[in-house]
Amino acid sequence: MRVALFITCVNDTLFPGTGQAVVTLLRRLGCDVEFPRAQTCCGQMHVNTGYPEEGTRLARHFVDVFAGYDAVVAPSGSCAAMVREQYPRLARATTPSFAGEVAEMVPKVHDLSEFLVDVLGVTDVGAYFPHRVTYHPTCHSLRGLHLGDRPTRLLEQVRGLELVPLPGAEECCGFGGTFAVKNPAISAAMCGDKVRNVTSTGAEVLCAADNSCLMHIGGTLTRQRAGVRIMHLAEILATTEATR
Amino acid sequence: MSGGNTFLGMPAFPRNAAAAVQDSQLRFNLRKATHTIRGKRASVVAELPDWAELRAAGKEIKDHTLRNLERYLLQMEEAVTAAGGHVHWAADAEEANRIVADLVKATGETSVVKVKSMATQEIGLNEALQAEGITAYETDLAELIVQLGDDWPSHILVPAIHRNRSEIREIFHDKMADWGRAAPEGLTDEPRALADAARLHLRERFLSTKVAVSGANFMIAETGTLVVLESEGNGRMCLTLPETLISVVGIEKLLPSWRDLEVFLQLLPRSSTGERMNPYTSTWTGAVEGQEFHLVLLDNGRTQVLADEVGRQALRCIRCSACLNVCPVYERAGGHAYGSVYPGPIGAILTPQLRGMGSALDASLPYASTLCGACFEACPVAIDIPEVLVHLRGKARHPRTERLGMRAAGWVFNRPARLARAQRLGGRFRRFVPGRLPGPLSAWTDTRDIPDIPAESFRDWWNRTDGGAR
Repeated sequence: MRVALFITCVNDTLFPGTGQAVVTLLRRLGCDVEFPRAQTCCGQMHVNTGYPEEGTRLARHFVDVFAGYDAVVAPSGSCAAMVREQYPRLARATTPSFAGEVAEMVPKVHDLSEFLVDVLGVTDVGAYFPHRVTYHPTCHSLRGLHLGDRPTRLLEQVRGLELVPLPGAEECCGFGGTFAVKNPAISAAMCGDKVRNVTSTGAEVLCAADNSCLMHIGGTLTRQRAGVRIMHLAEILATTEATR
Repeated sequence: MSGGNTFLGMPAFPRNAAAAVQDSQLRFNLRKATHTIRGKRASVVAELPDWAELRAAGKEIKDHTLRNLERYLLQMEEAVTAAGGHVHWAADAEEANRIVADLVKATGETSVVKVKSMATQEIGLNEALQAEGITAYETDLAELIVQLGDDWPSHILVPAIHRNRSEIREIFHDKMADWGRAAPEGLTDEPRALADAARLHLRERFLSTKVAVSGANFMIAETGTLVVLESEGNGRMCLTLPETLISVVGIEKLLPSWRDLEVFLQLLPRSSTGERMNPYTSTWTGAVEGQEFHLVLLDNGRTQVLADEVGRQALRCIRCSACLNVCPVYERAGGHAYGSVYPGPIGAILTPQLRGMGSALDASLPYASTLCGACFEACPVAIDIPEVLVHLRGKARHPRTERLGMRAAGWVFNRPARLARAQRLGGRFRRFVPGRLPGPLSAWTDTRDIPDIPAESFRDWWNRTDGGAR
């Protein structure tokens, strides 16, 4: 199976460690991972901020880059949801041929936990991480991709890991892309409540499957010197006794 | 949508919300109220094994009706007229207000009692009647609180959600006497005492007023029947006692048949109040002898919404307010920040479509959301609110600096080589990135740190190590 890593622009630029963790993890599970170098951004920021034309251009680029692969794996629920939910809508406003290409592409694009559980059929990925962890499900993973308990099933199988439930887990952290700067007061208030819930768990690590949300919550955690680290799901799953 | 002029000139949503979020009493009241209703709704919705089917049926019935609106409206008019009622057509708020004022004047009365109605708030009917020397008395408990407090509703279902009981006691104590029967001596803030005070105050009004104004939750085209759902009995009083009843109803409230109503009588109470069955459901068809009934069919921007392929789904709305109760933004901003009688997620897609996006406030409403999707999940008629928000954002005017930034980002993302160069530039100067960013980006660093910029991007790592092989 030809598996392409869609790193996403945020991870590529700001969180390369997450991408390296995905590569380590998928290779450990026997996948041949490729990184199509022409990839850039899925266009979510443009579309969600009200620039559908630029977004459509980036969607076309994405489809061109990833068309030849059997599976495309993204360590971001939000970017995977962008392709799955919004590309068909964008394509409808273009040509039938592009709509057809998108329809073919959509079922091949997976969030990491979905790829592990549904495509590879594993929940125990052989990870070891002896820490107290709480998990924030993130809106687009939860209500866009309907990932359900896939991420927590993966975490529960990690040796040494103590998973503690996060109160109000399903509530948005207030990131919302450009919402965070367009409506900073509400965004900060939402994040303040999220951070209070995170610290109430006594967890050492806040885990999520989306670095954008983690960047937002993490930025508030460090500003408040809360002493809780953020880690992408891939980074925990990639850790073994040998690599610690 | 015209009318409700009181909102004219209001600042954009972010400023209103920033002020509201500082009000700790308001935040406490809102959090408590929305979380209570949210929980009730979730448990009664979970009871029904066929909720998904009901929701799909609700969506289909509404879509079918909207596709054939002209036919059903004419059928409605014919049936109401045949049953002894009168039908009036109002293109906008001004025309609707004029029709109602003239009808009231023709009775010789100078006061009307009102059943809680979103349509009449949308057109600013109370203010329009006041200008004609006619006083409109609200009879829904929460609307009474809002009217006595010279306030604005902040929620579709519970308009006084921003008030707690001690604030309500104060309003009753200070203001009831100005509007009719005064509050009893020694009024406490016990819910029962407050309800008794309202009951005594309103009872006099019901028995002495000869004209009533209502809206309707549904209109049934096959028989010309109107349906009002309420939970206090005030609606039943207004709909039966007065000699003249005038109902102002949006044209999208139609259902083809009584069979269709069955679906909505299950969807609406569970989604709005979290009740299995609605307490007072009144239906009427035309007028009986000795009474007069007028139906004012209101467009006020609705046909314009209907013309938008993506946006038209907002017209499925049955005003249950489930989306408000699950919205994290509404919970913290409150209803007034939206500057419209329709607040929350549904307001953020309905107001800009009905009023247009000409004002700074209306143009900011599609951005009053993180696109978290909680509203879509709760909506009993499956309005994909995030989809419509994104659609409206695509039509909004954008600030110049943002346009330039987005164009620059698009230029970088269009070529992987440009992205790689930009990343290397960021990596090289990463130590010089200030902890507090300038311009619009300061909104990020006011409360949040920015992440450390890595020395090497993922793509450079991959190229350098051949994907970790070297």
